[in-house]
Amino acid sequence: MKFRFKLGTALALAALLPVAANGAAMVAPDGVQIKDGTVAGSLTGAAGDPAAGKKWFVGRKLGNCLACHANSDTASEPFHGQVGPALDGVAARYSEDEMRAILVNSKQIFGDATIMPAFYSIMTDKRVRKEFEGKTILTAQQVEDVIAYLKTLKE
Amino acid sequence: MRVSRFGVAMAGALAGGMFIGGHALALPEGIETVKVAPPSKDHPLPEIVSGWNFRAPETQALQSDDFENPGFIWVEQGAELWDAVDGSEGKACASCHGDAAESMASVGAEMPKWSEAKGKPINLEQQINACRTERMGAKAWKWESGELLGMTTFVRNQSRGTPVNVQTDGPMKPWFEKGQNLYYARVGQLDLACANCHQDYYGKRIRADLLSQGQSNGFPTYRLKWQKIGSLHRRFKGCMKQVRAKPYKVGSDEFLALELYVNWRGEGLPVEAPAVRQ
Ligand code: HEC
Ligand code: HEC
Ligand code: HEC
Repeated sequence: MKFRFKLGTALALAALLPVAANGAAMVAPDGVQIKDGTVAGSLTGAAGDPAAGKKWFVGRKLGNCLACHANSDTASEPFHGQVGPALDGVAARYSEDEMRAILVNSKQIFGDATIMPAFYSIMTDKRVRKEFEGKTILTAQQVEDVIAYLKTLKE
Repeated sequence: MRVSRFGVAMAGALAGGMFIGGHALALPEGIETVKVAPPSKDHPLPEIVSGWNFRAPETQALQSDDFENPGFIWVEQGAELWDAVDGSEGKACASCHGDAAESMASVGAEMPKWSEAKGKPINLEQQINACRTERMGAKAWKWESGELLGMTTFVRNQSRGTPVNVQTDGPMKPWFEKGQNLYYARVGQLDLACANCHQDYYGKRIRADLLSQGQSNGFPTYRLKWQKIGSLHRRFKGCMKQVRAKPYKVGSDEFLALELYVNWRGEGLPVEAPAVRQ
């Protein structure tokens, strides 16, 4: 009886832990460590996909990075924002781990007054609309995809 | 790396000015200025600029000609309702208020006003419905109904050209402060406050939209996107939804307080209702 109960708990816990495609455990939003402006290592344990990342970058429902940032590499998309700096050559300005920290929680890098949303943090007590409650703007996989794409913006 | 907020605001302001200069368009009909100086040094904006200033020349042109301006369909509807008898008392608005051009010449610039009877501020939509239910024995019009939009636009249009001037002291003070808190409160999954967009980055493009100061002097406003006229509270809802926040309800105390505060941020700007926006 006791043994079965324990096994059941273990199984339930395993089901709760998000698991990346390659089997490595994902870092949950509240478990991300930002140290010296960096988040060391992939949130999923694997590298992202730059082609997918480009989609999230321009997609209005996802990153919508283009709403605020111009980017010559996506010149075919209409309407680039002017709120943040252009992201041309961003990979030459920041390391991968720095970019990850910016995406996870921009406020810890640019200060509390920044307009740039935190893409991998959960907002509580902010009147978040029901369909977005308890969710991050991007998933861990999507954050890694965007980073993989940003790494291609070398000049 | 850190962008200076003030620098950004100033750059934005310049862009706004150049926009007019670049196109040398006539000002909106009935309006002598779309930019005024802030009334005091503690005002959060370095200059107060109407939303008209930030719109594309085609959109500006629609507002600059009353015959082209689609918002006038609602002004006309309101004018008809003004004279129409309704309710158990057998009265029309005109029965008590006479010629709207005289009796309503400035109220549109002064709302929301303190209502002694209600013990709270009352805005134009609420005042119209209060007259209907309490003085005409008629049913309240639904928020965003054609009738309420028509009457609100008609009454506000009587104040066109009159500088916005709202009471913020005395009993209005706590409401003003509540509105101010809401304006600076970060909400939604995107965690943004009104001020993040309309104070820090006006004059900058956010995707397809050129950010304005989010001024209220043009409301009710005809939106090309809505293909109809809409209330200020509807616009507030839209701005909250886009940051993925649960909006407050139209006509709620929260939006009433926000309306008072937003109107104050635009103090001195002439009322433009009905404005035309993208
Ligand atoms: C609402 C506007 C907004 C959105 C959306 C936004 N950013 Fe930003 N971002 C900014 C601003 C503004 C800055 C400059 C820092 C500051 O002033 O707070 C910035 C800075 C950055 C930087 C540092 C750039 C540099 O050269 O210093 C990177 C990298 C970045 N953002 C990436 C992204 C990515 C990737 C996305 C989409 C997932 C994104 N941003 C979405 C506003 C935004
Ligand atoms: C039976 C008379 C009566 C009728 C009919 C009436 N009102 Fe009023 N209205 C008043 C009175 C009295 C006030 C003064 C404020 C108060 O106590 O409500 C007022 C105030 C107002 C105000 C605020 C004026 C200001 O300067 O603050 C507006 C706007 C208004 N009415 C609009 C309307 C409209 C629109 C209609 C028709 C739908 C209407 N009223 C019908 C009596 C009337
Ligand atoms: C993410 C940026 C953003 C935020 C945050 C935001 N708005 Fe807006 N708002 C816009 C855009 C874009 C428009 C349309 C273009 C313009 O006029 O700026 C707009 C338009 C408006 C308008 C219409 C202006 C006119 O001239 O017709 C008002 C009023 C307004 N916003 C008020 C608010 C209020 C109040 C809040 C806070 C509850 C808010 N906004 C939050 C982006 C934002």
